This record gives sequence, structure tokens and C-alpha cells, in this order.
Amino acid sequence: MSSITTPTSSPGGGSSKAAEALDQLDQRFHPAAGLRKQFNKVFPTHWSFMLGEVALYSFIILLLSGTYLALFFDPSMEEIVYNGPYDPLRGVHMSRAYESALEISFEVRGGLFMRQVHHWAALLFVASMIIHMFRVFFTGAFRKPRETNWVIGIVLILLGTFEGFTGYSLPDDLLSGVGLRIASGITLTVPVMGTWVHWALFGGEFPGTEIIPRLYIIHVLVLPGIILALIAVHLGLVWYQKHTQFPGPGRTENNVVGVRIMPQFAAKGGAFFAVTAGVICLVSGLFQINGIWSIGPYDASHISAGSQPDFYMLWSEGMARIFPPWEFYLFDTYTIPSAFIPTAGFLPVLFLVAAAYPAIERRFTGDDAIHNLLQRPRDVPVRTALGAMAISFYLWLVMCGFNDWIALFFHISLNATTWAGRLGLLIVPPIVYWVTYRWCLGLQKSDRAVLEHGIETGIIKRLPHGEFIEVHQPLAGVDSHGHPIPLEYQGSSVPKRMNQLGSAGEPVPGSLLSPDPADESRALAQARHEAHERELAEREERAAARRALESRSTEELSGRPDDGGRPQQPGD
Amino acid sequence: MSHEQLARLAGELDEVEVVHNTPKFPIPGTRAEKRAERTVALWFVISALSGLAFLVAFIWWPWEYVNVGEPGYTIYSLYTPVIGFTFGFSILALGIAVIQAVKKLFPDEVSVQQRHDGPSDEVDRRTVIAQLADAGRSTTLGRRKLIIRSAGLAATVVGIGTGVAALGGIVRNPWAEGDEAPLWHTGWRSENGETVYLRTDTGILSEIARVRPEDMEPGSMMTVFPYRESERGDETALLHAQRASDAPVMLIRLRPGTVVNARPGQEDFNYGDFYAWSKVCTHVGCPTSLYQAQDNRILCPCHQSQFLATEDARPVFGPAARPLPQLPITVNDEGYFVAQSDFVEPVGPAFWERPKTT
Repeated sequence: MSSITTPTSSPGGGSSKAAEALDQLDQRFHPAAGLRKQFNKVFPTHWSFMLGEVALYSFIILLLSGTYLALFFDPSMEEIVYNGPYDPLRGVHMSRAYESALEISFEVRGGLFMRQVHHWAALLFVASMIIHMFRVFFTGAFRKPRETNWVIGIVLILLGTFEGFTGYSLPDDLLSGVGLRIASGITLTVPVMGTWVHWALFGGEFPGTEIIPRLYIIHVLVLPGIILALIAVHLGLVWYQKHTQFPGPGRTENNVVGVRIMPQFAAKGGAFFAVTAGVICLVSGLFQINGIWSIGPYDASHISAGSQPDFYMLWSEGMARIFPPWEFYLFDTYTIPSAFIPTAGFLPVLFLVAAAYPAIERRFTGDDAIHNLLQRPRDVPVRTALGAMAISFYLWLVMCGFNDWIALFFHISLNATTWAGRLGLLIVPPIVYWVTYRWCLGLQKSDRAVLEHGIETGIIKRLPHGEFIEVHQPLAGVDSHGHPIPLEYQGSSVPKRMNQLGSAGEPVPGSLLSPDPADESRALAQARHEAHERELAEREERAAARRALESRSTEELSGRPDDGGRPQQPGD
Repeated sequence: MSHEQLARLAGELDEVEVVHNTPKFPIPGTRAEKRAERTVALWFVISALSGLAFLVAFIWWPWEYVNVGEPGYTIYSLYTPVIGFTFGFSILALGIAVIQAVKKLFPDEVSVQQRHDGPSDEVDRRTVIAQLADAGRSTTLGRRKLIIRSAGLAATVVGIGTGVAALGGIVRNPWAEGDEAPLWHTGWRSENGETVYLRTDTGILSEIARVRPEDMEPGSMMTVFPYRESERGDETALLHAQRASDAPVMLIRLRPGTVVNARPGQEDFNYGDFYAWSKVCTHVGCPTSLYQAQDNRILCPCHQSQFLATEDARPVFGPAARPLPQLPITVNDEGYFVAQSDFVEPVGPAFWERPKTT
């Protein structure tokens, strides 16, 4: 065909071209049925389901920004003399790694911004993973059949913190070098094999010349590769096992109620990636982080007061600070250093307990059923209290990790903050457990009260004999005596205020300045109402058709047409 | 079939029932609809404008480093905030626009999909097990113990070989030098009887500043490094001596009359009121940089271990369990501080092989 006879455009040209392209695709890969299934997938919606998404999106941003930084960073411990544009460091001996990190900050257009994006995204990555874990924990989403994904999540948090540590150790400035020095000291404390592991990692005495190149390859290849693979499995399992949902109208253990991937979920997911990326970029532009130039290169004899690791390492830092100086000696020839128990000895235990939690809970409750409906934290007081206790333990350690700042800001003796840390770690978590437990029971009672008596209206009535009562609005009407009909608790949230029943009415549609024309608003409301009625009718129709179909097939199988279509056993 | 019917069928084929999916604006052209549309478009336009501002700023805003106090510093220091704000805001606005479109224009939807949890069908379960068992039987390996054992042997040996090959290159023996192993000694050890001086860091590597008693006021502290005359002019050796992690020493001149309760056998390690303790914390190795002359405390800023100078740097608070090792010093004929010998115990964080010392 010549270009003259080929129609270049026609009504619906775009869609017919798309159809043609899809047809060509289908002839080669026949994805139609498979894709339809994926597009049709239903996802339940709840704000708390976004937390894991934030972690995923910040990881994508980490991959992108990290790749960019790798174009300029040189992980070499070769000693050079700085001769760049930053005056205060000119003439200073430093490693090539530090110099190239300075180059990224000062001599690459937008390089400092990209470094800050990478650092802020790393903080957000770990933070959102931790908060996502809280969500999964408190709602019981980790229960059978999802224990595997819980364990993968714990491993991801562990790897995420190591990935963060290896990353912020790379610039080889004073702060990161001190962090590495502490890591070296902790490695040495491991009984029996500590020195051997240290020599394998560092290639000899600290710092040597090999650690930065090794951390680099671990940071840019090994850990991200494993994290990426685990994220793929994590998401694959969510997809395959389908997401959990909160109890609500029409929601059962055997269905998923929500929106389909196309168009709602996909559009919202894409938009939420943009929001995450946008917020990270805003924060990274406006708030400086890790100004590596300010305290110079690493030097074993230098330190700045108030040295803190990134937040996800603070709790182990806190434990190292408050743990008593308990050192053990075997036959006076071997030492278990005082730093071992609170660091290398303590962290693995904590992660193991976290990973084993689903199994522990199953053992104690004997609950081996499959759960797709989530629980409200108040309905599982022991678990909620345990979780709150763990969080208070964690946060307390985080605060111990910056006790020097607390002492400085509040003019408290430094040693007093250490003692407060030691005592608080033993006292605070049990108190938090008890308070949370009682709080859960209180919330449960409050729900039951509303279901039994109704919502407090705030209207006080004086009875003829002088008694004052508050008028309650029953949720399910009243019986013939005027008493509220009690409702059963269904595991979902209960309205507590009259507004939630619509007593405040609806806002008048319109812009900020003027209301919409009343007839238009009325017509829209009417049309929406009719569409809703139509949907209800259609739904009823479909249900009737399904019932008819089921009874017919039962009749055919059972061969007893006179049984009125009641469902029966085929062999009956 | 119409498009609607086909779409409905698509759901049914995958056990999805669309329970609720009505358009937001069933009557086209109302003011409410136009407003919704304009809101969405406005966010897209804001995104585009901010993106454009980013492009302009990224290319034309002065980005090359200007030192503090030089002309143009303020403009330069705004480069990162400006590009970060414009770039971030353009992406954020894009996201907000799409969310607004979904919320204001996309139909509200409630769909229900059936789950199929739990174990597979009985037929599948039993056939797959049988299939595996049959596959195993058909190979006849099950009854050939010789094959199984020899295969196990081969797999184990190859596995160990791979492991050794993988780790062989990186495993090093920390104790290869025996008594000379690096963890047992520091740069303060005298090689070939050469004098080891106490040198301070002036900030210029090639400048040799050996320390004499009159260089220090009472109640002051100085960080010193080992120095040998053979290193003069040798920048590599000087840098190494200064950067070695076990070399830094705090030379402290206590106030006159301060009594130090020395450890047994270390009574002559000091020179008058001058004491030299390792600056490497015995907890995990940070420099114990803070010397407080009033109460003679030495504090490590990392984990707040505190050592008391008058108790020969024994730990009195915090997580450190062992005193800072003391470097034996004296003053030579020229009036310079020199090390009498290396430390008499390992410096810095403890390790498994470290024998107990008091």
C-alpha cells in the first residue's frame, strides 16, 4: 500500500492502532487471559496498607539515586592531599573516598542534592519498614498463612540497617570513621572468632586499606541484590496470597473487598510513588543531612562530641552506652569483652525473637486457622501490650543513644541520664505493657457500651422525678419496650459520635466562594441515588440468577426435582 | 456483546463481582464536574510550572562552590534548596493531581473477589506426591546405597572446596607473627633501639614538633604520636604513625600535688606530673578525648566511659571495663619526652585471646 491509500487517521484511529498492537502482542505472547486476571485483582484499601508501599518506593529512589552517586564516587583508601574548592580542608591528608565524596558535594552539579536524596531516602526506607512492621504486628496480619512474609520482612529490616550502615560508612569522614571504628571494636569482641572475623573483614588491623572498597561492593551490589530479591518475593507472596482486610460489611475470610488493579489501584499506586518521591526531594533540598565536610577526614585520634549514628543504629548505640561494664574471663587467658553482650550478643537475639513471634503466638494460643481478616489491636490485648512494650523498649534505647544531647539540652548530669537509661529500660516496658493492656480492655468496653445502649448524644434530659439522664441513640432501633436492641461486636470500628451517623448533615456542594446552582446539585444527587438503586437491583438480580443456577445444577446431580431447589449433597 | 457486558464478563471469569461502580458525575457538564476537572488540571499545571522552574534553576542558577564569606556565597548556598524544592514540588504536584483525578473523577468502586486459600485439591496433592515418589523409584537410586554414599561424599568435598576457595583469599591469621602479632604491640615499640619521641600534631604533617615538659601547662592535655628521627621527611611513615588506630596517646600534665594511685609495676611509668595514657578507649576504641582537669576525669564521648586519672585511668563509670593502658615515658638528655618502651598490655577494645590484666 502506498502512503496515499493508507488512511493516516480515522475516527477512533488511536484505539484501533492500540487494538492492532495488542493483537500483534497477543499473537506472540498470548498474555490476554493472564493479564486480565492481574488487572482484575482486587485490593482492599486502608490507609495503613500504604506504609509498606512507602518502603518500596523509597527503595526504588535509593536504587536510582545510588546509581547516580556511583558514577562519581571512588571507594579508594589511597591517601591524597585535598586540593579542591572547599578552603578549610585544602592541604589536608585524606582518603580518595572522602575526596570523591567532597567532589560530589561541591563539584558535581546537583551532586549535593543527590547525596541528600540518597541519605533521606535511606532514613525513610528503614523508618517505613519499621512502621509497616508495627501495622502488620498490631493487626495480626502475620498470622497463618503469612508467617513466611513476616520473617522475610524482619530479614529486610536487618539487611536495610546493614545496608544503611555500609552506606554511611563509605565517605570516610570523621563521623563515619568513628562508626567504623566502633564496628571494628564490636567485631573484635565476638568470642573465639572475633579477631579472625576482623582480620577477614578489614584485612588486618583497623583501619587498613581494604575496608572501604569492600563495604562499597557490599553496599552497591551484594546487599541491594539480596534486598531486591527479597522484596520481589515479599510482594509476590502478597500478590499470590492476596492482601488481608479489616472486617466490614460483606467482608469474610473467603473474599477480598476493595478496588481492582485497573484503574483505581494502579493510578493511586503510581500517584503515591510520585508523592513519596516528591516529599523525599523536597526534604532533601531544604534540609541538609550529613555535611561530611564539616568535621574533616577520619583520624583515629579525633572525635567530635555528640557523635551519633543514623537513627536505625541508635538503639544498639543506646544499649552499648547503658550496659554495665561486665567483662568475663576464662582461666584468666580468654576474655569475653564487656561490649560483646550489649552489641553483637544482643542484637541477633532480638531479631530472632521478632522473627519467631508468629510461631510463639501460635504455640501459646493454639490458633492454627487461616486468617485473612485483620484484628483491631484492642481486641487482642496481650499481643498489643507486648507490641507496645517492645516499642517502648526500642524507643527507650534510642533515647539512651543520644543521652549526651539530653544531658546537654536539659542541663542534667550525664551520668544521671545513663542511670535513668539503665533503670528505665527495666521499669518502663512493664508499665507500658500494663497501661496498654488496660487501655485495650477499656476500648473494648466502650465499644460494647455503644453497641448495647447506643451513642451518647450529649443531650441531657431531666425526668419528671428529677433524675438527669443522657439520651442515647441506639444503633439498631428499639424493641417494643423502648429498650435498645443490642448488637453483636463484629471486629470493626463502632461509631462513637453522632456525626458519624450523619447528624451533622452534608456540606453544600460548591466552591470556597459560591454554592453550586441548587437545581444542578439536586439533579446530581437524584441521578446518583438512581444509579445506586439500579446497582442494588442488578446485584439482587445476579444473586437470584446465581441461586437459580445453583439449584438447577443440584437438581441435575441429585435427580430429585421435587425438592424445591434446596441445596443438597449430590449423593442424597 | 457490548463493551459493558464484556467488561462485566471479564470480572466474572476471575470471580470478581463489581458491587459498586457508579460514575462520579452522572450528569455531564455540571458546575461541580467542571470544578473537579479544573482542580485536577490545576495541579498538573502547577507540576509543569514547578518542573520548568527546576530546569531553569538547575541550568542557570550559580552552582559552583563559593566559600563562606566570599561574594556570591548566599546565592550559591541556595542552589540545593532551590532545585530540591522545585523538583520535589513538581513531582509531588504530579502525584497530587493523579490522586485528585482518582478521587474526583474516577468512579467509586467496591469489588469483591473470592479467595482460594488453604491446601490444594486432594487430587493435586496426592498425584504430585506420587509423581515425586515415582520419579525417585524409577531412577533406582533409592536402593543403591553405594551411589548415594559416594554422591554424598562428592557433594561434601566439593562444597568444602568451594567454601575454602571463597573464603581462602580473605581469611588472614591475626596471630601469624606470634608474639609479634599486631594486636600485641603498637607503633610505640622501639625498632633497633631507636629512640621513640612523643610528637604532637601541628596540622602540618612535615612539621616535627617533639614535646618537652615546658610545652604544657599544669592541668592540660595533649595528643601525641610516636616519632623516630629516621622518619623525618618521610611523609608516608609520618602519616602512618599519626593515623594508626592504636598509636594516639594522651599526654596529661596533672596539677602539682595530684597523687596518682599507680597500678602495681607501673609506678615509674610517669615523669613527674606527666602521665601518658592510650587515647583508645578500652570499650570499643573511640578516642577518649575529653580530659576534665578539675576532677581528673577522662571521658570517651562515644559511650561515655569515664576514667579517673588519679586511679591510673581506671574506669569509674560507663561501659568500659578496663583501665586505659599507660605508656611508660621519660625525658631524654635533650629535654624531649621519649617512650621508655611500648605499652605493657594490648591497647584498645578487648578480644577473646587477650589475657586478663589488672
